[in-house]
Amino acid sequence: MKFRAKIVDAACLNHFTRVSNMIAKLAKICTLRISPDKLNFILSDKLASGGVSMWCELEQENFFSEFQMEGISAANNEIYLELTSENLSRALKTAQNARALKIKLTNKHYPCLTVSIELLSVSSSSRIVTHDIPVKVIPRRLWKDLQEPTVPDSDVSIYLPVLKTMKSVVEKMKNISNHLIIEANLNGELNLKIETELVCVTTHFKDLGNPPLASENASQARNPEQMAEVHIDIRKLLQFLAGQQANPTKAVCNIVNNKIVHFDLLHEDVSLQYFIPALS
Amino acid sequence: MKCLVTGGNVKVLGKAVHSLSRIGDELYLEPLEDGLSLRTVNSSRSAYACFLFAPLFFQQYQVATSGQDPLRCKILMKSFLSVFRSLAMLEKTVDKCCISLNGRSSRLVVQLHCKYGVRKTHNLSFQDCESLQAVFDPALCPHVLRAPARVLGEAVLPFPPALAEVTLGIGHGRRVILRSYQEEEADSTVKAMVTEMSIGEEDFQQLQAQEGVAITFCLKELRVRLPAHTHHPVLPACPGPGLTALPLPSQGLLSFAESANLSLSIHFDAPGRPAIFAIEDSLLNGHFVLATLSEPYPHSQDLRSPELCRPAPQLQAHSTPLLDDFANDDIDSYMIAMETTVGCEGSRALPSLSLPPGLQPPCSPGPHSEEEEDEDEPSTVPGTPPPKKFRSLFFGSILAPAHSPQGPRPVLAEDSEGEG
Repeated sequence: MKFRAKIVDAACLNHFTRVSNMIAKLAKICTLRISPDKLNFILSDKLASGGVSMWCELEQENFFSEFQMEGISAANNEIYLELTSENLSRALKTAQNARALKIKLTNKHYPCLTVSIELLSVSSSSRIVTHDIPVKVIPRRLWKDLQEPTVPDSDVSIYLPVLKTMKSVVEKMKNISNHLIIEANLNGELNLKIETELVCVTTHFKDLGNPPLASENASQARNPEQMAEVHIDIRKLLQFLAGQQANPTKAVCNIVNNKIVHFDLLHEDVSLQYFIPALS
Repeated sequence: MKCLVTGGNVKVLGKAVHSLSRIGDELYLEPLEDGLSLRTVNSSRSAYACFLFAPLFFQQYQVATSGQDPLRCKILMKSFLSVFRSLAMLEKTVDKCCISLNGRSSRLVVQLHCKYGVRKTHNLSFQDCESLQAVFDPALCPHVLRAPARVLGEAVLPFPPALAEVTLGIGHGRRVILRSYQEEEADSTVKAMVTEMSIGEEDFQQLQAQEGVAITFCLKELRVRLPAHTHHPVLPACPGPGLTALPLPSQGLLSFAESANLSLSIHFDAPGRPAIFAIEDSLLNGHFVLATLSEPYPHSQDLRSPELCRPAPQLQAHSTPLLDDFANDDIDSYMIAMETTVGCEGSRALPSLSLPPGLQPPCSPGPHSEEEEDEDEPSTVPGTPPPKKFRSLFFGSILAPAHSPQGPRPVLAEDSEGEG
């Protein structure tokens, strides 16, 4: 197994840093999947994450000037590593003024992802910061749990409002109740509701627009006014929203009635899918 | 004793007190012929810090009122710090600061003369005490590093604020290496990230050490708090999420030295022997003495190991255990003797030795004080002792509780070091 990659462009480096900051906010421990063309940050829907799952994908050639990898075998040319996301974002934080950044898979008493940063320096000598991020290599037999989740057939698909607005609304709602209802219809309306014994609060977002539907049958069958809803844990939604630092290029929300809400985001060239299951 | 500090020096004094406050809970104030000495030591005696302000630092400096013996006192660090708590306020509103020791009323009086005729007077109670003096001599240390404080301040930036210990040493190609030190716990399944900073020899004004030498000490005691302060001359743009709008409650040695544009010297010896961090200019000098780990270093800490980035070979199913065992509690640390007898100089002495009466403490020529900057610890427990591995620098408790004025002997072996 071998992996080494290099970033020399400042913009790419900043972008990669932003991605890792986002991942660090979304998942404490995640899986990094390295394949010849892509990098994926994966959180699988195990009990530990409360059923939340995440799939983040980026094309390696958009970031790295050099990229070499050799997977576990020729037939399975991939590497799956489990790591603490915060370590990666902390390591990249020191790369603010870097001339170059290298990432390698190394074995220093235990497997590590070594991030080596050459800093710009006023003096002739360069300064080098090295971070050894401990990783766990995930064996081949567990890979099946870490595959790209299938996008469910949703009842309603809608474009999201400005995420910052959504976040501030949800933040205030969190103080009232842990149980949030997210509902939307094919008329571009999305509501966030909380209901307690004493009070009900609903925030209405209108004129959001809906992405074109996959099949014509579905659009005719469904009443555009009819809401599809999911009851979710408000903290999971808040964690998702808190992780989005900038407004994405594209943001779609897919709701499967009473089952799951699926967020499909595109931050420039990085795609992020986030699934929050309904409260049981 | 009476001294008057004016202008920008008030803030300098305040900053020094802030850095001392991170080390110990009690401040030892002693007016000497060479200047005003402020010293402290931490509760586990593994860190000692001392600032000496030369008479020129003051507009007026009077060691003792005629006829009286110079007083030595010990005050609660918290009380003294409260006078200088807001550095911004000191800078903006305080014109003069007058510190006087009145033996009769046993109060240390700190008076701040502020703008608009406002005068703030703090009466701090103190205890008579022995002189706090650690015996150490930078000149005896075979290894020296010296660089502008800014270089070292930048060097510690990549390390997480919570990091306790760091290893400093000389690696391949005479590069200075700082590496985070992880205590090995046999049952730990979660390994921590290891960070290493490597700086070229050219950034140092003096580098007198061979490849392979290294010491491990507590970084927290030196650490700069995340730079929210605009005084830092040149720092890499590092917009960390940890920056807040709150003012820096205290500064470490590194930031003190940086804002004063001073160089920091690090004198060290073999592992286990204390390391001395020193800054100096014409008006003041500071020394912080830190205990260092005396254990042999694990392979991972071997700073001479060849280029650490090797392509990963076939990875094992599980990692091989580290070869060195850190479960050994029986650490043979070197301890600096805290002399309580005048007669013993430079050798270890037990604190219980009684002094022949009438002996005066020898006039110590500007004791080198170690400056230590403490990182602002996230925990609010003051004086949290560092991990057990750092054994006390000093034998037992060197400070007898205050008795009657005749009780405590004038302490201390003279400083064995010569002219700095």
